[in-house]
Amino acid sequence: MSDTSHGTGGLKFDAKKRTWPNEINIFFALIIIILIFEALGQALPYMNGQSFLFDTRDRFDSIFNEARLRIIILQVSIIGIIALGVTQVIISGGIDLSSGPLVGATAMIVMSFAQTELVNGNPNPKAVFGDWAFDLPVILPVIVGLCFGAFIGAINGSLIAYTRIPPFIATLGMFLICRGIAQAWTRGKPVSFPTEGYAALGKGMAPVFWFLALAVLFHIVLKYTLYGKHTYAIGSNEDAARMSGINVKRHKVRVYMIASMLAAFAAIILSSKNLTAQSGMGIFYELYAIAMAVIGGVSLTGGRGSIVGTVLGAMVFGVIQSGFTYIKLDAFYQLMAMGAIIISAVVLDKMRQERAASRT
Amino acid sequence: MTDTILETKDLTKYYGGVHALEGANFTLKKGEHVAIMGDNGAGKSTFVRQITGVEQRTRGEIIFDGQPVSFAGPIDARKAGIETVFQTLALADALDVPDNLFLGREMTKLNWLGPFRFLDYKAMRQATMDGLEKTGVKIPNIRNSIQNMSGGQRQCVAIARTATFASKLTIMDEPTAALGVQETAQVENIIRTLKEQGEPLILVSHNMRQVFDLVDRIIVFRRGRIVANLNKEDTDGQDVVAYITGAKTGAEFEGAA
Repeated sequence: MSDTSHGTGGLKFDAKKRTWPNEINIFFALIIIILIFEALGQALPYMNGQSFLFDTRDRFDSIFNEARLRIIILQVSIIGIIALGVTQVIISGGIDLSSGPLVGATAMIVMSFAQTELVNGNPNPKAVFGDWAFDLPVILPVIVGLCFGAFIGAINGSLIAYTRIPPFIATLGMFLICRGIAQAWTRGKPVSFPTEGYAALGKGMAPVFWFLALAVLFHIVLKYTLYGKHTYAIGSNEDAARMSGINVKRHKVRVYMIASMLAAFAAIILSSKNLTAQSGMGIFYELYAIAMAVIGGVSLTGGRGSIVGTVLGAMVFGVIQSGFTYIKLDAFYQLMAMGAIIISAVVLDKMRQERAASRT
Repeated sequence: MTDTILETKDLTKYYGGVHALEGANFTLKKGEHVAIMGDNGAGKSTFVRQITGVEQRTRGEIIFDGQPVSFAGPIDARKAGIETVFQTLALADALDVPDNLFLGREMTKLNWLGPFRFLDYKAMRQATMDGLEKTGVKIPNIRNSIQNMSGGQRQCVAIARTATFASKLTIMDEPTAALGVQETAQVENIIRTLKEQGEPLILVSHNMRQVFDLVDRIIVFRRGRIVANLNKEDTDGQDVVAYITGAKTGAEFEGAA
């Protein structure tokens, strides 16, 4: 029934205009970075030819350097959980700077509900509350932590959605507030000695399991659910989203709540893994989480990015960090190099976007 | 069953002391295509904004599909069946064609999941294909994101919404103002397709050639008032220009301005 004279007359589908998934670029970047470190390991005189990720010695069956791989993935897991939330915030066109201090505050609060009464037969020397707060079932501190995260996220989101102050300012304020809460909670003293059940949450490779499970969950949520679609729509064109009948304000509150709950969950896993909570926990985490997302191709202008990208970005981040240690680069230079890499990632992404725009 | 789809009686809008729209009486029959013309600031867009609920009228009555209506916002109007193609495209660049067509009214499954209910991509793609076929819009790959499409294709996507959702009335506010020659032709072809299918349309346009090519009737606004209601057959370009500039005023609108 449609007449051929109608339509977009003569415009042919151009395969070159098809968008090449950005995740593949990041995957290649990951491989190239690994190869660079391998090459450096062979080339640098003081390395004695030892390999970065491969194991060439005979006494092991595996060809990989499993110990290093394990450290890399364990290192990125906890910040990676935060990055999953930050990814959603950035896709929606915002930014969340409060996640690092939120980790500190949540860890302090949660740990004080997770303490055990007797440490090696002696009373817990770091007790925060009285007897009632000892040896509580593990679900309780977890719920307290997630509620605290949701509460902070709701404040962030409401400030941004209803008072329309820039997300940068709202979450910067929350950054200081959370760091303050973390210090005020016990006047700066650490909280230690959790119950066995609580300690099991972050034991061994458990953080990796949580990270990957949450990554799969939020990959599905962002790609296949209404929540995900609206997150992309708002980040892509907020006015269009509003005109289309999406409740933009309510949605923003949801996004920030989920991001803060993920940061709170990361705090639970981190304090469980370390068996202690300190007010200084999570320093720089918000920036590292943003860096993982940005390296993973999440656009700071909103609307673009994916969980798969962020997971790859987290791996790139971990590999670079571990690689610097491997080639024995001083910690000071590591920070500088990391900063340079983050800036280059954004510059590259911008150039890629502009190239795509000039094609049309 | 009446054959009038939209009627306004004494529709009036004041912005403070500015009389942007004064006593507009207008009717649109089912299947009819009407153009609204007039100089900048003549009240065309104000008129459209009152009908689509973007603004609240000062006075007057709007009867849509036999019912007096009062839309609280554009979303209400859309729910009632008035689909508007805005001058600035209300499209999300990073999303693909079905996503944009269904923005804000996605098809979902597993609805008990609330905000986390799953999108029914398959059904939306199918409905998109049907809608595009109905309007004669050809887009090579509907799963490409909008940002990689030409201006004409983007405008076509915006227009294809109307067909996809079986709207009762389509309003286009200068749909081709920003398009090239070839792209304008594409959009005009879609408008012809809508005409064949009996979809009523209000077209706000400055393009005399386009108006004479496409519509049945021309309404001219001047200084907030309707000054002419002309059947295409009874008029010509010079005549319409005379009404727009104020050299002439329609007999039944004497004293209008």
